[in-house]
Amino acid sequence: MSDATIVLIVLAAGTYVLKSAGPLVLGARSLPIRVQQLIDLLPAALLAALAVVSTMGDGAAIVIDARLVGLVVAGLALWRRVPFVVVILLASAATALTRLVV
Amino acid sequence: MDVVDEDGAGDHAKRRVIQRQAASITAAVAPFGIVFGAAAATAGLSLIEAIGFSVFVFGGSSQFAAVEILGDGGSVASAAVAGLLLNVRSLAFGVIMAPALAGPLWKRAAMSQLMIDESTAVGSAQQGLRWQRYGFVVTGLAVFAVWNLTTVIGHVAFSGAGDLIDDLGLDAAGPAAFLALLWPRLSSRPQRRTAIAGGVIALALIPVAPAGVPILASMAGAAVANVGRHPEETS
Repeated sequence: MSDATIVLIVLAAGTYVLKSAGPLVLGARSLPIRVQQLIDLLPAALLAALAVVSTMGDGAAIVIDARLVGLVVAGLALWRRVPFVVVILLASAATALTRLVV
Repeated sequence: MDVVDEDGAGDHAKRRVIQRQAASITAAVAPFGIVFGAAAATAGLSLIEAIGFSVFVFGGSSQFAAVEILGDGGSVASAAVAGLLLNVRSLAFGVIMAPALAGPLWKRAAMSQLMIDESTAVGSAQQGLRWQRYGFVVTGLAVFAVWNLTTVIGHVAFSGAGDLIDDLGLDAAGPAAFLALLWPRLSSRPQRRTAIAGGVIALALIPVAPAGVPILASMAGAAVANVGRHPEETS
C-alpha cells in the first residue's frame, strides 16, 4: 500500500469521526438553554473567522493583498442589498482588476 | 425564530433563494477542486487516490495539506495529523448542525459526510431547522459533486490552475460568500459582537497557531464571551 493510500485511510476515518460526532451522538436531543444560546451565536463567529482567514491568511502569515479589495467590495455590495451571486462576481472582478493594475 | 412560510409559493421562493446561495458557493469551490487534482498529480498520487481523498475525506483544506506534505516528502503521520487538525472544526460544525439533521441513524450517518465549511455556512445561515437542513444538504451534495468532478479534471488536464485562480480573482469568491452569509446576522447586537470577536481572534491566531486552529478557536472564544451577558437579546 502506498503512503498516500495509508494517509487517505487514516485521514478519512478520523475526519468522519469528527464530522459525525454531533449528528450521531447528539442527534435531536434538546440541549440546555445556555448551550442553545451558544450554538445560536457560533455561526456568526465561524463565518467571520472563515472570511478573515480566507482573506488575509497565507499559511502562517497575515497578508494584505487583492483579496481584501474583493472583500471590501463585497461588503459595499451587501450594504447596497445586491443579490448574493452578484456579490460574489463583483468581489472576484475587483480582486482580478486589482491584480491587473497593481 | 420560526419563519417557515405557510403557503407553497413561499416555500418555492425560499428554496430558490437557498439554491442560488448553494450554486454560488459551489461555483467558488470548482477552481480549487481543479487545483487539488493538479496538486495530487504533482505529488505523485494516482487518479484513484486523488478521487479517494475527495470522496472519503471530502474536506478541501485538509486534502491540500495532506497531499502537499506527502509531495514534500513528509511522513505519513505528519500528513495525516495536519489533515486531521484542519478538520477538528467539523466537530464544532456537527454540534451546530445536529438539531437540523435529526432523523434515522443511517440518514444522520450519510449527512455527516457532507459536514464541510460551505454546507455548514449555508445551512446555519437559514432561519428554522427545516431550512437549515435544506441548505446544508443541497450545498453539501452540490459541492460534493463538483469537488469530485473538478478533482478528476485537475488531475487529468491541468497543472497551472493556481495562476488561473489568481487571474480571475476567484480566491476572493470564498471570502465574499462567507461575508454574504454572515451579513443578515449583523443586525443583531450579540451576533455582531460575536462576529467581530470571532474575526479578531482568528486574525490574531493566524501567525501563531497551526492552520485550522484559528477558525476553531474563534468560535469557542467568541461565543463563550457572549453567552450569558445579555441572554434576553441573543435570539
